[in-house]
Amino acid sequence: MSSKMQSANNIAQAKRAVQQLRIEANIERIKVSKASADLMNYCGEHAKYDPLLMGIPASENPFKDKKPCTIL
Amino acid sequence: MGEMEQMKKEADGLKTQIEAARKAVADTTMSAASAAVAPAPRVQLKTRRTLKGHLAKIYAMHWATDSRLMVSASQDGKLLIWDSHSGNKINAVPLKSSWVMTCSYAPSGNLVASGGLDNMCTVYNLKTPVVKTVKELDAHTGYLACCRFLSDSEILTASGDTTCALWDIESGKQKTVFLNHVGDCMCLSLSPDMNTFISGACDSLAKLWDVRDGTCKQTFQGHTSDVNAISFFHNGNTVITGSDDCTCKMFDLRADQEVISYQDAQLNAGVTSLALSVSGRLMFAGYDDFNCNIWDTLKGEKVGVLSGHDNRVSCTGVPPDGMCVCTGSWDSFLKIWN
Repeated sequence: MSSKMQSANNIAQAKRAVQQLRIEANIERIKVSKASADLMNYCGEHAKYDPLLMGIPASENPFKDKKPCTIL
Repeated sequence: MGEMEQMKKEADGLKTQIEAARKAVADTTMSAASAAVAPAPRVQLKTRRTLKGHLAKIYAMHWATDSRLMVSASQDGKLLIWDSHSGNKINAVPLKSSWVMTCSYAPSGNLVASGGLDNMCTVYNLKTPVVKTVKELDAHTGYLACCRFLSDSEILTASGDTTCALWDIESGKQKTVFLNHVGDCMCLSLSPDMNTFISGACDSLAKLWDVRDGTCKQTFQGHTSDVNAISFFHNGNTVITGSDDCTCKMFDLRADQEVISYQDAQLNAGVTSLALSVSGRLMFAGYDDFNCNIWDTLKGEKVGVLSGHDNRVSCTGVPPDGMCVCTGSWDSFLKIWN
């Protein structure tokens, strides 16, 4: 690649980088305190539906091996 | 001032602006905010199934939406479809190339896909009497690190050629190419509403993309090495990443920054994979040191460990019903824990 092509490429790349940074600079941001509160609320509300958090009773566990019954 | 210097000046100015904007909203940290939340219980899970069948390292696994079937990929050159409840193998799909790195189950359950060092994503139909290749998606110029179906007609891929792509499966063509990473793309995760996805790459960044128009909307820095694993939180506002720098991090999309880091002075192994429990409170992260650590995502504390594999844990997955966690390893076994 000629050095003129190389520098044209570099300029094009730099232009794209600046364009991308402009997009990212212009977004709206919320406070971390609000983001954290929303996340804690989400986890709190959904905790009761989380089997790995709440534990799974043996009778409802599809992966628990069913032991054979013995009649005494 | 030359054009290059001008643009460098503008770029530096914008970076400073972004940092300042992030700082301005950083009125607390996640750990400080979650101090009042009750700690997650100590989590002790047992191995319920050890799935034996692969003859070489397992590189990837993915649950089907029925939370019962799953697909695993190994460098023995096979995809195996398992019924996790019975532990039986339902299907074995021989691969043209044994150097597989990723696999995915379509939400419909009709298709699976895989890819790796062949630079292609191959889509298979599981519902024909004999499993058939539907399409070979061939356009990436680097390895296929990750793939995820949006539907039976569209799939997203992440490649070592530093791009991600959205494909139309029927035509076999790329509809959209996502260009911005400067390192190999290693992982991707689709948002719950499927309008955006997040990618992690060897440039140590995570990027948020608009699925339809291909634009990169946000970039998240913080890791100091390859980002190997990434997952959207189920609320769609938060993302968790895992890296070769031995840490996992949570980034909030609306605050546009890292809000917590999951790390331990004694942890010296890279993170290979991660999965979240259905509420998001628990995160299961697989490491190079053969373990899978369980983290309380809100408090940033380790609450358990899954030990049992004899080699690196390469993949982890929690099914949609959240009833278990599956780990896959270079030791050739998959384990189901709950």
